[in-house]
Amino acid sequence: MKKVRLTTTIMVMAFLSLTAMSCKDVKKEDVNDNTMHSEMNHDKMNASNDMMDSNSQNSDAQKVLADYMALKDALVETDKDKAAKAGNKLNNTLSEFDISNYTAEQQKELKDIITDAKEHAEHIGKSEMDHQREHFKTLSKDIMDMVAITGTENTLYQQFCPMYDGGSAWLSMNKDIKNPYYGSKMLKCGKVQKEIN
Amino acid sequence: MRIVKIVALVLLVCFVGIQFMPTELNQSDIVPKTDFLLVNNPPENISTLLQESCYDCHSNNTDYPWYNKIQPTAWFLENHIADGKEELNFNEWDAYSNRRKNSKLKSIISQVEDDEMPLSSYTLIHKDAKLSKSEKTLVIDYMKKLKGNLE
Repeated sequence: MKKVRLTTTIMVMAFLSLTAMSCKDVKKEDVNDNTMHSEMNHDKMNASNDMMDSNSQNSDAQKVLADYMALKDALVETDKDKAAKAGNKLNNTLSEFDISNYTAEQQKELKDIITDAKEHAEHIGKSEMDHQREHFKTLSKDIMDMVAITGTENTLYQQFCPMYDGGSAWLSMNKDIKNPYYGSKMLKCGKVQKEIN
Repeated sequence: MRIVKIVALVLLVCFVGIQFMPTELNQSDIVPKTDFLLVNNPPENISTLLQESCYDCHSNNTDYPWYNKIQPTAWFLENHIADGKEELNFNEWDAYSNRRKNSKLKSIISQVEDDEMPLSSYTLIHKDAKLSKSEKTLVIDYMKKLKGNLE
């Protein structure tokens, strides 16, 4: 009798571990499914973008700028969670950036910029405040280089704080200085370096 | 008493069961032309440091420890290596654009400076991988030089 019980237990366990294994596989498939869905969504979005007027490309750059500004404001407020959210949003917007209407040379440059910026945005989405700010510095450089190619609808102010990490720049829609690298600790540190139209 | 026995047995069976689950090994004999060491050709001591302290998780070839034969540690390692390679793969260095190289170098410098890399869970067992203070300075100075050349 004891033996029977033992065998049953072993069988049950073997069954359970097998189920666990298959569960793992199923999960993987789910992930694949999701990526497929998002690709499909992406196609749809591209299609709808194409239908929009020729300004649609410029509006992609505008969307990136809007997300960047939201991120900058979260850093000014020293709000880690808000910054993380803004970083993730920016990452998504960058993925959807349609660069097909730019010249080959510009496309290459934009592609490099987007790949790099996406990585920084992604890290901001999952890091502590000090890391978020480190990544924001390089991200700002990427976005400035992007604006040099895409232009901007709104006037932008390139601002500069000489204290953070040997001097660091950022973009703002507002002339007044609100320092994203220090927040309230040194809110007014910095100056306008350049006005970008 | 009986319950203890059953629980022990269940755990044992689970442990044996998961040993059969497959893991993908991160191993390759080929060092691509894009490899960091091939492209930058750093001094011998720097190469050795990078290979000992970074390459296990940041390249296509891991020098596996014995405990990789045992689950669930093998999964744990598999995940770490996959994450590590996604962040930075020294074997693919030259495939990165200059912009990305610059970003990577910045991250390498700050991670080593802050003792975040190599991971403490890794150096706990790989004593050789731990960077001493002078080794840290060597690596950081070298990476800073590379970064300077890019700018």
